[in-house]
This record gives sequence, structure tokens and C-alpha cells, in this order.
Amino acid sequence: MIYDPSLLAIFVFLGFVVGTVGLSFYLGRKAKSSEGYFAAHGQIPWAVNGVAFAGDYLSAASFLGICGMIAAYGYDGFLYSIGFLAGWIVALFVIAEPMKRLGKFTFADALDAKFNSRGIKGAAGISTLVVSVFYLIPQMVGAGSLIQPLLGLPHWVGVVMVGVVVIMIVVTAGMVSTTWVQFLKGSLLVVFSTVLVVMLLQKGLTTDTSSFQTIGPLSPEQLTQSTIDGREVIPATDGWQGTPEQGQQFIRLVPKEGAGYEVFHIDDVPGSDEKLLRQAQAVTGSGTAKMIDGAPNGRGEGERELQPIGHLSKLPDGQTSTGPLGPIQFFTTIGDSEVILWRSATITHPEGPKTTVYYQKPTAGKRVLRPGEHPKFAGIRSGSFRDSLNFLSLMLALFCGTASLPHILIRYYTVKDGTAARKSTIVGIATIGFFYVLTLYLGLGAMTSGALDLTDSNMSAPLLANSIEPWLFAVISAIAFTTVLGTVSGLILASSGAVAHDLLTGVFGLKLSGTSQVKVAKTAAIVVGGIAIILGILFKELNVGYLVGWAFSVAASANLPALIMLLFWKRTTKQGIIASILVGMISSLGWILLSEDTYKAVYGLDPHDALAPFSQPGIVTIPLAFITLIVVSLMSGNRKQEAATEAQASS
Amino acid sequence: MNTPDSPSTQRQFNTKLGLILFFVYLSLYAGFVLINAFAANVMETIVLAGLNLAIVYGFGLIFFALLLALLYGLLCKPEPSDDLPSTEAAATEGDSK
Repeated sequence: MIYDPSLLAIFVFLGFVVGTVGLSFYLGRKAKSSEGYFAAHGQIPWAVNGVAFAGDYLSAASFLGICGMIAAYGYDGFLYSIGFLAGWIVALFVIAEPMKRLGKFTFADALDAKFNSRGIKGAAGISTLVVSVFYLIPQMVGAGSLIQPLLGLPHWVGVVMVGVVVIMIVVTAGMVSTTWVQFLKGSLLVVFSTVLVVMLLQKGLTTDTSSFQTIGPLSPEQLTQSTIDGREVIPATDGWQGTPEQGQQFIRLVPKEGAGYEVFHIDDVPGSDEKLLRQAQAVTGSGTAKMIDGAPNGRGEGERELQPIGHLSKLPDGQTSTGPLGPIQFFTTIGDSEVILWRSATITHPEGPKTTVYYQKPTAGKRVLRPGEHPKFAGIRSGSFRDSLNFLSLMLALFCGTASLPHILIRYYTVKDGTAARKSTIVGIATIGFFYVLTLYLGLGAMTSGALDLTDSNMSAPLLANSIEPWLFAVISAIAFTTVLGTVSGLILASSGAVAHDLLTGVFGLKLSGTSQVKVAKTAAIVVGGIAIILGILFKELNVGYLVGWAFSVAASANLPALIMLLFWKRTTKQGIIASILVGMISSLGWILLSEDTYKAVYGLDPHDALAPFSQPGIVTIPLAFITLIVVSLMSGNRKQEAATEAQASS
Repeated sequence: MNTPDSPSTQRQFNTKLGLILFFVYLSLYAGFVLINAFAANVMETIVLAGLNLAIVYGFGLIFFALLLALLYGLLCKPEPSDDLPSTEAAATEGDSK
């Protein structure tokens, strides 16, 4: 899709960014000591910290990824909302207060409070770095997606911009400014998402049967003729004839005007041998060589562009528009309607790049309000045990992952005590829970908005806003960008803390003063920011929500077993903790790198060759980390006991 | 030994309360996930005001999380030892377990 950058959008966007960075500079003046830089002197009010939790947590994955997934596939994206929120229950009831009591600056402090071991600091520091970098990827991908429609700049420019601004924020300020930026962003995100949902309900739902052509029904004989609907049929060669298994799926016609072709998906008509031709959209190649429906991508003469999508083909009782809807009526109306979803197929040509054809899939509304429409979740309907395990594994990782995310854990050190930590978690749950309720409205609203970009589901929520009010698009996009800024600052701060405080001071024993630690942390922030920029450009194609699922798996496998066992099992030893972190981290990372999804999306290899039996590692690697901790603790504990007994005997 | 009002007793009460509420929520969450994984069709059943089980259970989990969080906030006993320096508090934590 080609976006028109609007002056208003650019103005609002720049206003937000300048305001955010300005606030950081202003607040950053006070953060010269390590206590100030890493933990805001523990002086942040609990209510502010609670909303800042929401700011940290409601990242690009929640706002862009979940809404995008719901807009493309329906209810399945909402499963992430449920899992993400449920994770806060672990944080509140099990982790929050002990974390505050045991630690000072970083998650490693808490793990190491009892043992004072270099090994624990090292393992926890490395795991913080790995999880943070993994979590950074989707944020940067989201930033790139936002910049494209907002400023009309390429994806990579957005990634670089967010990287540079965030490095500036982290280097100039630290935890005080990051917290206030998060507070501001969390509040604005929830307030304006509510405004968007209210406006969406006021607008109601409408049908659209004119944006894309439908031809037919046609008999099998009519389909084989040289003209259809008065237009010449382009011979099905060069891969368009389909595969022997699937047969021909598409027909191309010479357009009445303009260059290229018009492509149609051949749809069955239930209960007859007739076919219906529904207009599709074809993309060949990428970058400047991208072709749309056989013509160069653009708006000039001889060029074609992708059309926005997302509409209802039927409303209940033959209505064409519902008028304002109530919050429950919104769902029941969609349930009784027919939605046009879009799916894709690949045409492989003997020479040149492949063509991806996006085609319409009319879907009963009640199907988008139930789980199992997304290809990754479809297995739960087919009765495949492997797919059910994959689903269970993802939901387990989401449940366990929240309380193991380093940038969330360090926020417990910005308040004064355990009670404040508890209260701020409750405020966080209220804010985040309310936002997640809104995601289902935003996603389904986007699904029926007629404004979606076929090639980028991450833009669904801002484009929904654009379909309602252009000024709202400017504000929502700016907030989304600030969302990315805030989360990325938190992650980079957590990583730089791990490098300066856990690794250099804790493991290598460098004697750094508070000010030097802050300097080292700032240098580390620049390096981690640079890595994040590169990864954000490389992983451009993936849905940010799905990427975050992986970050949760690694966090939950590496960090949670050690934290839980330290708190609730007396016989936990330092060797057990180190082994558990390393085994959890390496096994979950290894699993992801060997999974079907990575083979397909990252290496470009045949997913059937993948070594991991399913994509989500949590259900195997979380228990594995627990077992490792227990076994190693028992072994090292016994050895310690034996040594003590021997020493006693010899004396 | 801990006196009835000692920080450890209050902390133990809070920890126990947290664990009970955690397991209550865990069982509800596990129910939701297991139905989705092994009986996804059940989620299509219309259960309330024309809404299916998927939406009602999903929203229910979000509202219930908030309800339990508020309940926990109300029932937790204050811990005076919160003001202790972290190392001392850590030692207390270690002793109490």
C-alpha cells in the first residue's frame, strides 16, 4: 500500500517525540548516581510506577501485534491478550514483593541475594541480555512499520530513528525519565485507545460490496473461454496454471484500463459445479522492483498499487449499515455477519521472483469470534496433538514469561518498599487489563474498517484510527511510536544494567564507582541499541506479536524456575540456579532456532526439515529448567554435606 | 519463634494468601487453555447475552485477574520490615523460610 504522509500526522508525531526526549533531558539531570540511573532512587510513587508498568508492558507487540493478528484472523490474537495479562498474576502473587526485598538494581541482585556468587551474576546478566535483545526485535520491527505510513519513509529509516532516539533517552537520563515517559505513554495509550473504541462503536458497522469485483457464477465451460465478462483472459502459463495437486487457483484478465492485469481467485459455489471469480491482488518481487498485479508499484500512468482491505460482505437481516452499536451488540452483530478475510498463495515462476497472490476468503462472523482461525492455531481444531501441545506451550510461556522479563523486574526497584511494589502491580494489572479488553474491539474494528494494509498486519490499529478520523491516526501513531520508544528504553536500560552492574562489576570484579558504572552502562546502551537496530531491519517481515511469544518463552525458561525455586525451596544451591538459567536459556533458544517458523521465515528453508517437533518451546524447556535446578541442587547440596561430614570426621 | 505481630508472621500470611489466590487463578486459566487446546468447538457455545464462551471466558479471565488483585491488596497485612535495608531484609526472608 502507498501511504500519503499528512502534515498533521508529521506535526503531532514530531511534537510527541520532541516532548518525550525533552522530558528525558529535563529529568535526566538528576540521575548522576547509580542509584538514580538504575533505580530512580526508589522514590517513584506507586501509582505512577503502576501506570509505568503498563507503559513498559504494553509494547509494540500488544498494541500493534495483537490488534494486527485479531484484524487478520479474529479471536486468536486475543489469546495473547489473555496470556499476557494472566502473567501478571504470577508477578503479583509470587514475585513482586520478594523481588523488591531481595534486590537492589537488577534481577541478578535478587537471585544472588543469598549466595553472593559470581556465577549467578554472570548467568543472570547474560540471560537478561539475551531476553532483552529478543524482546527488542519486535519493538524495532514495529517502529519501522509505523514510520512508513506516518512519514512516508522506508521501514529501515523507522528502525534507525527509534534506535537513535532511544539511545539518546537512555544515555541522557536513566530510570527516572524512563519511568515518567512510560507513565505518560501508558496513560495516553489507554485514554486514546478508549476514545478510538468509543468512536468505533458510535460509527457502527457497514457492508462494502463494491471495492473489489466479483464475477459469476460461471459454468465450467464459461471458465475455459478466451473472454470472461467481456475481457480477454491471459493464458495460464509461467506458474499460473497451478500445481498438479491444487490445479489452477487464479484467472488473470486484461484490465479495462491501465497496465498489468486483474487477477481473480476461482471460488466454489456451494452445492453446484459453478464458480465465482473474486478479485485478488498480486505482489511480485520487493523493494523498488515490486510489481502489483503485473505493473510497477506506484500511482503514475502504467502503474498499479495495492488496495486497502478489510470489510463485511453481509450484515444480519440484509442491513447495509448498523448505526451506533453497544459493546455487546458489536460482537453479536459481527457474529451474525459475513467477513471478508484475506489469505495468500504463492505462484512460483520458472524464472524471476515469486508472486504472492492475496485472495478473499468470505468467512462467517462467528468463526472469527472463536479460536483456531490463525494457521498457527488451526491445529487445535484439527485434533492434532502436536498442534495442541504447541498451543499449550505458548500459553504456558505467556503465563510464566511476564514475571521473568528483566525490564519489568527492574521496575520493582523504583518504588520504596514491598507494599509499594504490590500496590503498583495492582494498578498495572488494572491498566493493562482494561487495555487488553479494548484490543478485541480495536482488532475486530480494524478487520471491518476497509483501511488495512495487506502486506503489514502490524499497522491495523493506526489504520483503523485513520479510517475514523485522520487526526486520531496522527495521535495514535505518535503514541504507538512513543510506546516503542518507552519499551525499548526500558529494555536497553535493563541490558545496560546487566552489563555494568552484573557482568563487569559482579563477575569480572571491576571496582567501578557509581558514576563510572553509569558511564559503562551508557556505553553498553549504545552497543545494545546498535544491535537492536540491525535485528529490527533483518526481522522486518514477522508479526511482532508472534516474535514476542518467543521472547516470553526464553524469559520464562531461563529466569522463572530459578526465581521460584529460590523463593520456595530451601535446598536450592547456587550451582542449581546457574545450571537452571543456562539450561533454560540455551534449550529454549536452541529450540526456537531449530523450529519450523524460524526455518521458514528466517533461513528460507523447508519448514518440514525443522528439528524441533513444534514451534513454542515453553512446555518442554520450563520444566527442564526446574528439573535441572532440582537435580543440580540436590547433587551439589549433598556434596557440600559430604564435605562438611568429612571435615568433621578428619578433625 | 515468631510472635503473632512479627514481620515474618505478616509476611508468611501475605505469601500464603498470594499463593492461594495464585492457584485459584491458575486453575481458571488452565481450564481456559485446556478447553481451547482439546475441545475448541466448546468455545463456540453461546453462553451469555448472545456471546460465545470464548469471549465470555476470555473477558472473565481479565476481570477476575483484577478482582483477585484488588482482593489481595485489601487482605494483605502491612509489613513494617519493608523499611529495612535490602540485605537485612534478605536475611529475614531467608530465616523465615
